[in-house]
Formats: sequence, structure tokens, C-alpha cells
Amino acid sequence: MSGPETATSDIVGAAHARLRHDSAVKHVTGDAVYVDDMPPLPGTLEIFPVVSPHAHATIVSVDIAEALRAPGVAGIFGAGDIPGKNDIAPIFSDEPILADGLAEYAGQPVLIVAADTYDLGRDAARLIDIGYEVLDPVLTIDEALEKGQFTYPPHSVVRGDAEGAIEAAPRRVSGEVSCGGQDHFYLESQVALAVPGEDRDITVHASTQHPTEVQRGVAHVLGIEINDVLVEVRRMGGAFGGKETQATGIAALAALAAALTGRPAKLRLRRDDDMIVTGKRHDYRFRYEAGFGEDGRLEGVKIEMATRSGNVADCSSGVMARALCHADNCYYLPHVRFDGLPCKTNTVSATAFRGFGGPQGMLAIETVIEHVAAELGKPVDDIRRINYYGDGGRNVTPYGQTVKDNIIVELTERLMREVDFEGRARAVDDFNAANATLKKGIALMPVKFGISFNLPTLNQGGALVHVYTDGSVHLNHGGTEMGQGLFVKVAQVVASTFQIDIDRIKISSTRTDKVPNTSATAASSGSDINGMAAHIAATEIKQRMARAAADHFGVETGSVEFRANRVYAGNESISFAECAHLAWRARESLSATGFYRTPDISWDAKTMTGSPFYYYTYGACIAEAVIDTLTGESRVLKADILQDVGNSLNPAIDMGQIEGAFVQGMGWLTSEELVWDEDGHLKTHGPSTYKIPGSRDVPPEFNVHILEDAPNMVPTIFRSKAIGEPPLMLAISVWLAIRDAVARTGGRKVFPRLDAPATPEAILMAIEDVRERANQLPSPLTGEG
Amino acid sequence: MTDVTLTINGEERSASVPPETSLLRLLRDEFFLTGSKLGCDVGDCGACTVIVDGLPVNACLMLAGQVDGRDVVTIEGLATLEDLHPIQKAFEEFASLQCGFCGPGVIISAKGLLDRNPDPTKEEIKDALSGNLCRCTGYTKMIEAVQDAARILRGEKEAA
Repeated sequence: MSGPETATSDIVGAAHARLRHDSAVKHVTGDAVYVDDMPPLPGTLEIFPVVSPHAHATIVSVDIAEALRAPGVAGIFGAGDIPGKNDIAPIFSDEPILADGLAEYAGQPVLIVAADTYDLGRDAARLIDIGYEVLDPVLTIDEALEKGQFTYPPHSVVRGDAEGAIEAAPRRVSGEVSCGGQDHFYLESQVALAVPGEDRDITVHASTQHPTEVQRGVAHVLGIEINDVLVEVRRMGGAFGGKETQATGIAALAALAAALTGRPAKLRLRRDDDMIVTGKRHDYRFRYEAGFGEDGRLEGVKIEMATRSGNVADCSSGVMARALCHADNCYYLPHVRFDGLPCKTNTVSATAFRGFGGPQGMLAIETVIEHVAAELGKPVDDIRRINYYGDGGRNVTPYGQTVKDNIIVELTERLMREVDFEGRARAVDDFNAANATLKKGIALMPVKFGISFNLPTLNQGGALVHVYTDGSVHLNHGGTEMGQGLFVKVAQVVASTFQIDIDRIKISSTRTDKVPNTSATAASSGSDINGMAAHIAATEIKQRMARAAADHFGVETGSVEFRANRVYAGNESISFAECAHLAWRARESLSATGFYRTPDISWDAKTMTGSPFYYYTYGACIAEAVIDTLTGESRVLKADILQDVGNSLNPAIDMGQIEGAFVQGMGWLTSEELVWDEDGHLKTHGPSTYKIPGSRDVPPEFNVHILEDAPNMVPTIFRSKAIGEPPLMLAISVWLAIRDAVARTGGRKVFPRLDAPATPEAILMAIEDVRERANQLPSPLTGEG
Repeated sequence: MTDVTLTINGEERSASVPPETSLLRLLRDEFFLTGSKLGCDVGDCGACTVIVDGLPVNACLMLAGQVDGRDVVTIEGLATLEDLHPIQKAFEEFASLQCGFCGPGVIISAKGLLDRNPDPTKEEIKDALSGNLCRCTGYTKMIEAVQDAARILRGEKEAA
């Protein structure tokens, strides 16, 4: 279909305007209501979750008799009390909300205590006696691989003959690199409030990115129909993927307590429980082999991509698909074998997190690229350049999609020119020559990110728009607001479509009874699919209003024009409100649904081939970091970003997304370390032990630019591009800069092994390793050896 | 039970609460002032920051009994019916917040800073906000907003 091309701006709040968040005033006054702020209903119960202290154990006995008699306790429920099916798996099946006889990670909910207050529930929980028979846990990738334990059957992306190409190539490198997981650390922890209604009805106020999945999950668990369940989400206090599948279990537990007690029930995980109980970003270990020419051009690349999927499959197959489809990043790889191994471990489920496997895949290929450069003794950016996607056949991804909108060469060259990359690189050299303890590094990170859910089915959006007789508009769509500014962007689209000021448009909470069967607000797709759906709905109503106006003025419908809050027919005009009233009198429906399916996408999950992405978005960052070679501390000194957003729907919102994603990515790669002990207990379950970036960690020089005049080549809503996830991967530049600094401690003679996150400990170990290996070299490597 | 009488946002309020009740729960559960948020419950995230006798504190770490007879300012006490406080206005204008959950605590910390130091350097602002975690924004737009609000409060710039 052909999309709307432009949006004019003789109204307030049109598409492309720099508008603040629609809740900005409520945010600053404290009036914005999150689930935990809703006025309490009489009789509301609070839920305390009882979790397994063991990573792997059979549950042999449960004694709740004494706890049931404790003050304020309304009920204690376990797997056996579930009236429906104890399963909320988003893709596969048998993923329980409460452990049924077997606990598979330390922190897995076993029982819930519903009591008058959270504290009373916690007190009662101390009286519960659960007997466990402890089993050996499988905690590492290697243990799981040894046992052949996967959460779903592994899959691969294969093109040509990688082994043969590597074998035949003039030069080869091989190595290993790992990256850690990441806790979402949304400031609002997981929360849901379930309110029982008439018959079997239940309403759930949830903090979820996926109201439809919560609705389905609740129906499933309670053994009722989907139409018995209403899920409403006004806003989330951050989500980042952590409330895509993980919110479902929380909501289902609240609903279970509400249904079994007949009282409203709220489950609000406290921070430590949230971090222990709910899923995180997938950690990965990559083993790679690459064959290349003397010029650094890659011929064959083989990467084993093993992840700890945790106790259940969850959405790991999707994450892995995206990792496999992004381990090319911006590079043409003629012969490829990427094997994705989802290891089943007795750790909390690894789940969706901004980037969804993309960041991990890119980190792997960037390591290959840099290793090739180090091996050849050539500037890494020369190696990048020679491998970038181009034309003449060098534009087909390993999974078979042709890259038609590639701008990475122009974009990176422009950024390098604008920040004087060569001059800065020389300054870094000078600094390092003059300093023995502190070493600086500098690096460019190019990013190409595919937009659309890998699975074509999910790429659909719905909207519901009403116009009232005073010309005010009610807007609803399937997307959820987690702070990313989706609601204001979609409202801007509707303002532009109707040509009315945005303050005439009421933004409303996401509800499963208004727009059904929605996809998660995820994969950066929120404004693409919901914006287009809302535009389609508004256009439908506009056509009906135009018909009424045409009758009124005695002109052809085609000559009616909506402009600047008015409806014109030649020289005559009426206000938008008058036109709405007119249309009502003419018995036109002023309500419409809009539905959009992303065109031109395909994916064969069996062969792992197709064209899953409607388009790609591009960006680059140049980061400069300094490390202290005695303490291993690192600091980012400067970051310069150039990001493609198409014709931005709202540059103010997009700038915020870029800055925030970069800093979040920086945290993942530097300070955010998840540590499990040998028994499988997460030891980093609060802000005192798990360090997300703070105000002092932001680069002192942080320049973010949006690529101007770069409309999307495909007809997305007003030619905009997605923004949620892509800039997170720009932060890989920080990790590359740190690795560059580490390499310089060995005179850049050997390629460092630096795992992410680059904590002081990891940096010190990498320095030790680099120095040791550099010293063992018989003679300085000059580039040909 | 502990009886507390305190001034909240200029108004005298009283309550009788269990002795283990935190100031945060006093504000949220007894007085329904839900602008201050429960983020981590251990004084590390700053989402519950309020001003007690002129100094910003984590309300989750203070007991209700400790504020008896004291003066507490919460996010609800900053704006008047007519106008936002200049810090709130700047946070709105600079699009400083995204999900907004950390916002009340950040704004209160900023007020705590500007009340004591009307002309802070960028580093001083970063220090003042270092007890407030934000997962959405990357802090840059918050720091710019505090600088702008400081200029307005010093009378160097007209409020928009």
C-alpha cells in the first residue's frame, strides 16, 4: 500500500513536531497514575510470593496449615489450586506460573500468600513449610551443552560453505568472547491489580507491554474464555522488554488470587524479588572462526552462539532468531554458519530486552572484524569499510534478504568527518605515548538493525478512533506506553490526518476490549504499526465526514479539504466540530477501527531464510574511553552519535530514545554485572550490588544528532523509522573503545579477549592477558606476521 | 501505634501508624500522596525522595515516627494551582522524563540542590542527582533542565 507521504503543520502538534510527552505535566507534578498509585478498592488483598530457594529441586511436601491461621491471611495458593492450565508460555508450552512438583530456578514462585497487607503475607509465609529434595543444578552453558539440554530445538542460519571458505582463505582467526545478561531495572517493578467482577469476569490493571498476552494468560490459568478478561494499561514505569512476557505471570498470579478469594488482589514485586524472580537479557558465549583475504575481506564466518535460555523457552527462539539475523551487522558475509544454541539452565528465564538478541549478535561480528584487523595489523575501520554491504550481489544477508536501503557507508563517513576521527585518533595516540598508567581507546560502531518482528504474523496493529459531535476525538490503539512516547506520536499522526490541533485528541489507556488480539509493544514497531492503524481509522472517518460536508456544500466529495481545524469546499468552510455535527445529523458513523499489516515481509522458520524486515535503520557512534591500567576502572570521555530515524515523527522524543538507549547499552557493557553463585543464587539483586548508569556515568561530552532529510524508502507512517532499540547497539562503541585501550597496553600486538561487561575486574584480567601474550611474542608484530 | 503530627506541603497532618511504618508509606498509604514512588525500598534509587526540614531524604529509609513535628515537602507541594514550579516547568520543557516514574524524586533532589546552591556547576548537578536512578533518559535532559531552572530561579531568565 502507499503510505501518507507528508504532514503539513498549520495545526498544533502535527506529525514531525517536537512535542513533549503527552504525560509530561503529570510526570512532573506526580499526578501520573501507575498501577501501584491507583486508589485502593475496599478489601484489596496484597500478594506475597513464596519462591524456591533452590535452583533445582523436587518439591516433596507443602505444609501451609499454620500459615493459613495467621492474621490477615485470605488464602495461600499453589499449582494445585489453579482452575485452568498452569501455563503461560508465549510461544511453546508448559511454562508454569507456580512450580508444580519441580522447582527449576532459585526464585521460581511456588506459592502465593494473599493477605490484607504485604507485611502480613510475608509474616504468614514464614510459617509455611515446604520440603525440597535438592537436585544438581545445571548452571553454565558448558554443562547444558554436555547434557544436550535445550529449551527448544536449536536452529542455524547457513549460507554457502563456511567451513570450506575458511579452509580455503589465505588468512584465518578464531576466538571466543562472551557477554553478560542485563536486568531491566525499570524503576517501576512488576505489578498487577486484578479485580473480580460479575460472573467469571475479571479486570486486570497490569504493567505490561503485551495486554493481549496477559489476557490470554489469565484466561488460560483461570480456565475461562478470553472474553471474560479485560486488561487495561495506562502507562508503565519503564519496561525495556522486561514487561513483554514477564508481566503475564505476575498478572496471572494476581488474577488467581482474585478469582479464588473473590477480592481484588495486587501483586507488586519488591525490587529484590523482581530481580530474582523475573527474566533478564540473554547472556551469550560466542566461538568464532573466520577466513579472509590479505585485504581483510571476509570469505567465511562461523559462529557458535550459545546462550543461557534459563529454565524455559519463553521468547528465546525469537531472541535467537534476531541474534542470528544481526550477527552480520553491516557486513556482507559470503559463506556463513551461525549456530544458535539455547541452553536450558537452572537460572531464571532469559527474556526480551531492548535489542532482543541484536546487540549480542553484533557484538560477536564486531569482535570478528576487530580480530581480523588486529591479525592483519590494519586499521579496523579499513576492515569495516571493505566488508560493508554494497551492491553487485554483495547486498544479500545470510538469511537471504536483499539490503535495499543501505546508507551505512555515507553515514559512517559523515560522522567520522564531522568529529575529525583521524585527528582524534592521533590525539589518543599522543595521549597514550605520554601516559603510562592511563590508556585511551577510540572506536566507531556502525549499526544496521532490521525493523519488524522476525515472525510476520506479529506485524499487525489495530486502532479505534471516535469523533464526537463537538469535534473532539477519542484515540485508542493496541500499543502501550512505557515512557517511549508512543502515545504522543500516534496522536500526532491522527492530528495530521484530521488536520486538527492535537489538544482535541484524547489519548486513552490500552484496553483489550477496545482493540483485540494485539501484538506486544516491542521490536521498536510501536509507532510503525499502531501509527498506521490509527491513520487508517482516522482516514475512514474523514472520508465519511467529507461525504457529509460535500452534501452540505453541494460539491463533489473529492473537493472537500481538511485544513487547519476546518473543512473546506472551495471558498466556503466550516469548523471541524461543525463538520462532525453535520456528519452525525447525516447519520454517518463517526467511529472506525483501523487495521494495518506490515507488507512485503516473509520468514521461513524452518530454513531460517526470508525477508523478515520491512526496512533497516542505520546509525553510528564514535566513542572515546580511558582506562586505568592499575585499577581497571574505565570512563567514557566522549560519544558522538549519528542516527537514522527516517522522517522523525517527533524529534524530541527520538532524541530522548537515542540518549537513553545509548546509556542503557553502556550499562550493559560496562557496569551491569549479574553474578550467580555456585548454587545458582543470583547475588546481584538490588541497586547496591547491581550498578546501572547514574548521572555521573554519562559521557561528559555526549553529542547526539539525527540524520536529517532521510525519509524512509518504504511507505511507513509519514516515512518515519523505528527508534526504540537501534541506538542501544551504538553503545557497543564504548566496549570497543575500552578494548582498544586494553590492546594498547600490549602495544596493539595481540588482540585482547575482553568479555562484556567490561568491569574493572574484566579490564584488569584482559590487560594481564594482553601483556603476557605480547611479551611471549618472539618479535614485534609488524603486520605481515 | 505511633502518633505523628507533621507539616506536609504547608499543611499540618496527623496519623497513627504502626511503629515500623516508613515515611514513604505514611505519605502514600495514609495521606494518599502517591507522587513519591517506591522504587527499591532500600534507599538506593531515589524515587521516593522528599524534603525534610530543607534537606532531600529517601522517604523509604525514614520512619514515620522520625518526622513527628517536622516539615516535609513532597512533589505534590511544588506546583501552585496556577503554575508549575520552575524546576517542574523546565523538566516539562526539556522533555527530561520518559516513563516519569523517577521524575518526582529527581525534581525534589534538584529542588534540594537549588535551595542550597542557586548556581550549581554541571558537576554539582550530577552529584546532586547521583542518588536518583533513571533507566530511561540517560540524564542529559535532566541536567539541562536543572541548569535552566536555576537560571530562572536566579532571575537571569524569564520563565517561559
